[in-house]
Amino acid sequence: MSQKLLLNSKEIEIILHRLACQLIENHNDFSNTVLIGIQPRGTFLAKRLAHLLQTVYGIKNLEVGFLDITFYRDDFRRRDAPLEAADTDISFLIENKNVVFIDDVLFSGRSIRAALTAIQSYGRPENIELLVLIDRRFSRHVPIQPNYKGRQVDVINQEKVKVHWKETHKEDAVFLIPND
Amino acid sequence: MKQLSVDHLLGIKYLNKNDIDLIFETANHFKEVINRPIKKVPSLRDITIANLFFENSTRTKLSFELAEKRLSADVINFSAGQSSVKKGETLIDTVNNILSMKVDIVVMRHPNVGAGVFLSKHVDAKIINAGDGTHEHPTQALLDSYSIKEKLGTLKGKKILIVGDILHSRVALSNIFALQLQGAKVKVCGPTTLIPKYITSLGVAVETNLTKALEWCDVANVLRVQHERMDIKYFPSTREYTQLFGINQQILDNLGKKITIMHPGPINRGVEITSDVADSDQSIILNQVENGVAVRMAVIYLLAQQIKR
Repeated sequence: MSQKLLLNSKEIEIILHRLACQLIENHNDFSNTVLIGIQPRGTFLAKRLAHLLQTVYGIKNLEVGFLDITFYRDDFRRRDAPLEAADTDISFLIENKNVVFIDDVLFSGRSIRAALTAIQSYGRPENIELLVLIDRRFSRHVPIQPNYKGRQVDVINQEKVKVHWKETHKEDAVFLIPND
Repeated sequence: MKQLSVDHLLGIKYLNKNDIDLIFETANHFKEVINRPIKKVPSLRDITIANLFFENSTRTKLSFELAEKRLSADVINFSAGQSSVKKGETLIDTVNNILSMKVDIVVMRHPNVGAGVFLSKHVDAKIINAGDGTHEHPTQALLDSYSIKEKLGTLKGKKILIVGDILHSRVALSNIFALQLQGAKVKVCGPTTLIPKYITSLGVAVETNLTKALEWCDVANVLRVQHERMDIKYFPSTREYTQLFGINQQILDNLGKKITIMHPGPINRGVEITSDVADSDQSIILNQVENGVAVRMAVIYLLAQQIKR
């Protein structure tokens, strides 16, 4: 199986800094903003961005949560493989907060659609934004677009975009994998 | 990817260890859900569930109904007392009539042993046994194990005592199967008349001295004396039962260790357990009730997942 490297670790590092700066531009000191990583794979990006914001850009009291969307998906009973849930960890209310959803790859938009429903269980946010590392263009099933994106790619439907993080793999990288 | 090895939840004896682990993992997620400000998920919004209770129940019925509603399923309730069963309708007819209203899952409690198994062979719906006579009560055993695991971290090697009316208890039988699957040691304690003759063939030890049994155990699951199932006298008087097998704070204080006390409810306060024990910090009775909703949500969710559209 031949896979193509879309982003290497250096490029990802630069992108993370840019995304962090863009977040600061819009949310200042984050006093009324929370970051929500979408389980399972958005959590790595959320943790990484939170770490950057706190250590490099001096943001204090940053609130970060993780949201599992399994029970809100629209493909329950429509898949061959059963769905497996992950932990939701949101220890604060999001009533009147600015919420930034964080995920690694935006493809059909259905996960984010589910996340928009799921987050309502924690209150009514002031507004919700979406940050993704990879935005797959022309593949949306629902009208959802990111506010912040690391890299926009054009990928045909049969191909997969896979994000490796150094927490789970040896180093950060984004690959394009043909689905054969 | 994980899923249950069974098509229905008819009893713990049909499950394996992986099934129990999967149910508990899923229940962990639902426990988080039911502690949110908004305690509902939309997963089962196109599923209809019938709760058929041919025998009285308060907490199990409420717990199932709440679990179903928290999963957004449509729920219909049925109690034998106000139904055509009294007019002579058979079980299969009753259930098939209900199923023609497009019901996907049936939760059933029935006074006859094996009613769930029988139904699962004759009707086209997922069956969850909510207690069949003196046979099994699988969701109760699952929530009991879940609560012990939550308290002690694991069941492996733990010593669990079941005290009371073992003979008439579906909770006892399901608990024995569930606990043994997870590597716990099980002992039963009660009047010899209320202990089934061949119980040791299940690998369970028997002790008739309550103090000795309590000294042995980490957890005591205290059962209710089921007067309604007793057609003959099994012990001379309730007072004597309480003196020999009732658990009070004094007995627990003299043990020299702090054991965990459980009770599946309803409690006969002052008979099998005194109020100070039931309400003490050693008791996890109310945790059992809370966990019951999460565990039942998990069971329903995992079975519903198998229903293909």
